Amino acid sequence: MKDFTDEQKERAANLKGLGSSRKRVEDARFTQGKGNYVDDIKLPGMLHGDFVRSPYAHARIKSIDTSKAMALEGVVAVLTAADLAPLNLHWMPTLAGDKQMVLADGKVLFQGQEVAFVVAKDRFIAADAVELVEVDYEELPVIVNPFEALQSDVVLREDIADKKEGAHGPRKHHNHIFTWEVGEEAATNDVIENAEVVATETVYYHRTHPCPLETCGSVASMDKVNGKLTVWGTFQAPHVVRTVASLLSGIEEHNIRVISPDIGGGFGNKVGVYPGYVCSIVASIVTGVPVKWIEDRMENLMSTAFARDYWMTGKIAATKEGKITGLHCHVTADHGAFDACADPTKFPAGFMNICTGSYDIPTAYLAVDGVYTNKAPGGVAYRCSFRVTEAVYFIERMIEVLAIELNMDAAELRRINFIKKEQFPYQSALGWEYDSGDYHTAWDKALKAVDYEGLRKEQAERVEAFKRGETRSLMGVGLTFFTEIVGAGPVKNCDILGMGMFDSCEIRIHPTGSAIARLGTISQGQGHATTFAQILASEIGLPADSITIEEGDTDTAPYGLGTYGSRSTPVAGAATALAGRKIRAKAQMIAAYLLEVHDDDVEWDIDRFVVKGAPERFKTMKEIAYAAYNQAIPGVEPGLEAVSYYDPPNMTYPFGAYICVMDIDVDTGVQTIRKFYALDDCGTRINPMIIEGQIHGGLTEALAVALGQEIAYDDMGNVKTGTFMDFFLPTAWEVPNYITDHTVTPSPHHPIGAKGVGESPHVGGVPCFSNAVNDAFRAFGLRHTHMPHDHWRIWQTANKLGLHD
Amino acid sequence: MSKKMHINLTVNGEHHEFLAEPRELLIYTLRERLNITGPHIGCETSHCGACTVTLNGKSVKACTMFIAQADGAEITTIEGIGSPDNLHVLQRSFREHHGLQCGYCTPGMITRASKLLEENPNPTEEEVRFGMAGNMCRCTGYQNIVKSILAAASEMNAAKEAAE
Repeated sequence: MKDFTDEQKERAANLKGLGSSRKRVEDARFTQGKGNYVDDIKLPGMLHGDFVRSPYAHARIKSIDTSKAMALEGVVAVLTAADLAPLNLHWMPTLAGDKQMVLADGKVLFQGQEVAFVVAKDRFIAADAVELVEVDYEELPVIVNPFEALQSDVVLREDIADKKEGAHGPRKHHNHIFTWEVGEEAATNDVIENAEVVATETVYYHRTHPCPLETCGSVASMDKVNGKLTVWGTFQAPHVVRTVASLLSGIEEHNIRVISPDIGGGFGNKVGVYPGYVCSIVASIVTGVPVKWIEDRMENLMSTAFARDYWMTGKIAATKEGKITGLHCHVTADHGAFDACADPTKFPAGFMNICTGSYDIPTAYLAVDGVYTNKAPGGVAYRCSFRVTEAVYFIERMIEVLAIELNMDAAELRRINFIKKEQFPYQSALGWEYDSGDYHTAWDKALKAVDYEGLRKEQAERVEAFKRGETRSLMGVGLTFFTEIVGAGPVKNCDILGMGMFDSCEIRIHPTGSAIARLGTISQGQGHATTFAQILASEIGLPADSITIEEGDTDTAPYGLGTYGSRSTPVAGAATALAGRKIRAKAQMIAAYLLEVHDDDVEWDIDRFVVKGAPERFKTMKEIAYAAYNQAIPGVEPGLEAVSYYDPPNMTYPFGAYICVMDIDVDTGVQTIRKFYALDDCGTRINPMIIEGQIHGGLTEALAVALGQEIAYDDMGNVKTGTFMDFFLPTAWEVPNYITDHTVTPSPHHPIGAKGVGESPHVGGVPCFSNAVNDAFRAFGLRHTHMPHDHWRIWQTANKLGLHD
Repeated sequence: MSKKMHINLTVNGEHHEFLAEPRELLIYTLRERLNITGPHIGCETSHCGACTVTLNGKSVKACTMFIAQADGAEITTIEGIGSPDNLHVLQRSFREHHGLQCGYCTPGMITRASKLLEENPNPTEEEVRFGMAGNMCRCTGYQNIVKSILAAASEMNAAKEAAE
C-alpha cells in the first residue's frame, strides 16, 4: 500500500481485507452460548444410539444375545452385523483402500470396537440397554507390537488372509498392509556406505490422538415421505461424506444432504467416516425417525482416529564438515486393525516423503511398511498435513543426532545444509517441488531474537555448575527448522476416494452491495467466516463486514474436499480469490457501461472502477452491484455471481524457525519452559490476529504430544489412556506464553501468495520441545530418547545417565 | 430405573419444577430438558470444564452432578451471564483478544472466569492460570484466554473506580 494516498489507504482499511486483524464474526454466538454443535440438534421424536463395544482387543464372537436389551422399556432396536449384512453395510470402505467393520463381523480386532448399536428413547435408556446386551467372546492372542505382528502366525485380518495384494501393492505377510517406496535405494545405500560420517538412529513417534474438545457425533434423519436423508455431523469433509453415504446406501446423491454445523475442534479426528455415522443413518432408515449418536470421551480416545505410531529408522550421511550427502529412512507404521489412514489415495504414508526437511539432500530413499495390529484404526493427520509431523520430527531428530556425531553445533549444521533462497523452486530428492523459501533469513532472525550464542554459553555454564554440585537443574535449547507441505492438492496426484482434491467458492453479490460466499471447506475454529470474507473484500472491494461466509451444507455449498491438512487457505482461499476476480471482471464491464467508456478505459482502485486518467469519474462496487440488478446492460446478463473450482498447480510449503529454552529438574524430571520463540512464514498473511491464535494453539498441542500425551496399550491390548485422567491435555497452568514472529515469503503459484498456517506450529513444535529435552542431556552423552517426555521418563533418562549417583 | 424425584431449580432467574430420575445428570437436565445448550459436554469426568455453570455461587461441573444433588439450587449458565444488548465484559473481552476459536469450551470458560473475577477481582496472570486450570481448551493455547480475562478484570476495576 506504499504508493496509496491517505484517502486510498482509508478506503482500503474500511474494507478490513487482507492483513487486517479483523475481530471474528463467529464470536458473538460462541461467547453467548449460541453455537450450534451437533449435540445441540434436537428433532421431534429423535432416538439415541449407543454402542456395545468390545472389552477385548482380539476375540472371536461366539454369540450376541440382544433379547434382554430389547425387552427394556424405551429400547427401539439393537443392530448387529447380522442386521447390517443384508444391506451390505456391515463393512465399509476406508479412505486408505481397505475396509473396516461397521459392527463386529465374527470377531473383534481392537478394544472398544463397535459390536452392536442400541437405539433407545433417551441416552440413559440406551446406556442401560448396552449393559444388557450379552456377547459371548472367545479370546484370541493379542498383538500390539507391529514388529511382532510381522513375525506372528496369528492372523489378524482373516477376511483378507489369502490376499497377496492390497490397495497399495504386494503384501509380504498376513499382517502386512503395504510397502511404499520413494527415492533411489541403491544410490542412497551407496552414498551411506562411502560417507565420511553416518549417524543412525531409531526414532519412535508414539501413538496419540487429536482429541478435539467436542467428540464425534451425528444426527441422521430419513424422511421416508420425500425420500430425503439429512445427516448432521462432525464432518471435516461434508461433501465426501455425502458421496460415500450415497455409494454405500444406494440413495441417490441429490437425495442426501450432509450438514456440518459448528464443529468443536477437529484436528484430523473428524476427517474419517466412522461406524457411528453409518449406524445412525441405518437406524434412522430402519426406524423412520431421526437418530442421534454422540460418542463419549472414552469412546473417542479408544476408537476414532488415532494419530502417528511410526517407528522411523534413519541413516544420515555427511562429510566431516557437516554437508549432508544422503538420507535413508525406513518406517514401520502401526495402522491398527484396519487401514483407515486419512491420506490422499496415492499416498499410503501421506507426505512422509517430505522427510528430507528444509535441507538440500541430494540423495534419499524412504520405505514405509504398513502393519496391522490389535489397536484402533486411524492414522489421521493430527493438526498436520498427512504424516508431515512424523517426517519433520524424524529429520529434526536426525539432524540433532548428526550434530552429536559430528561434534558440531546443531544450529550451524542446519545453516550449512539449508536449501538456499536461489534454489527455489526446489526439487527434492523424494519428489516434491518446494515453491518458495528463504530459510537462512528466517534462521538468522530467530537465532538473533533469542541470543542463541548467549543461550549456549549459559547452558555450558549450567553444565559446569551441575558438575560442581551447585545446581540440580539442566538447561536444554531446542531447535527446529521445519518445512511443511500443505494445500492438498493437485488433482493429477491427490484424491480422496477418487474425488480430486480441488476446492471451491461460489459468490453472490446482492443488489445493495453485500454478498454471500459459500465454500467447500468447513471451519472447526479456524475462523473462516472472518478470513475468507477478508480475501473477498480485497478482491471485490466490498467491506468484509458486508460479506457472509457459509460452509458445511452440501445442498448449498459447492463441492469441496473439506478442511484438514491446512488446505482451506491454499485451495479454497485460492478459489475464493479467483471467484472474486470473476466478479470483478463482470463488474468492470458494468462500470465501463455506466461510465460510458470502453472496458479497457477503466481500472480497479480498491473498491471501485475509475476512468483511467480521470479518477474523479468512478463507480463503486456497491453502485455496480445495484446496476447489475436494475439496469439492462447490452451484452451483459443481469446479476452478479461467480463460481470457481480451484485445482492447485502445486502444494504450498510454509516454513518456520522455532527455539525452545527449557529447564529440567534432574531429580524430579519436571521440565519448565522458560522461553518459546516461534517464527512462521506462511506467505501472505490474511489476519495476523488469527494467525497468532493458530500458532499459540498448535504449539500447545505440540507441547502436549511431546511432553506427555499418548494412547498407550498394555500387552493385552487394553487402552491405558482412555480418559483425561491419563491422556494429557495441558491446562492454562502448564502452558507458557509464546513469542511469535514472522517473515513473509509469498507462494508464487497461489493467487494471493498465502500458504496456510494452522498446522505449522504443531509440526514444528513437537520436535522443538523434544529437541530441548534431548539437548539438556547432550553434555552427558545422550543421543536420543523417545517421546513423550513426561516427568517420569525424563527422570529415568537422568537416572540411566548416572545423574542421580 | 429408580423412582422419580420432585425437583425444583432456578436457572438464569427462571424457576423450573419437574419429576426426574435422581441419577439424571445436571448437564442433561440443562441441555435436554430445559434446552439450555450453552454448557457443553467434553469429558463427563469433571476434567475439561466445558459444562461449567455457577451453582449456588460456586463454579460447578454440571456433567458429574446428579440432579438429586442440585435440587433447590440456583444456577447461572452462559445464557444468564449477559444478553445480546448487554454483554458481560468477559464476552466482549474474549472477542476483542481472540480468546476463543472453535467456541466449544467458551461458555464454560467465560462462566468460570466470571466467577473467578468475583472471587478475585484483581488477579495476577499466575492466579488466572491457576484459577482457570479446570477448564480445558484445545484451540487457543490459553495465551489469549488469559489475556482476555486480565483485560476484563482491568476494565471491570476501572468501571468500579469510576463509579465510586
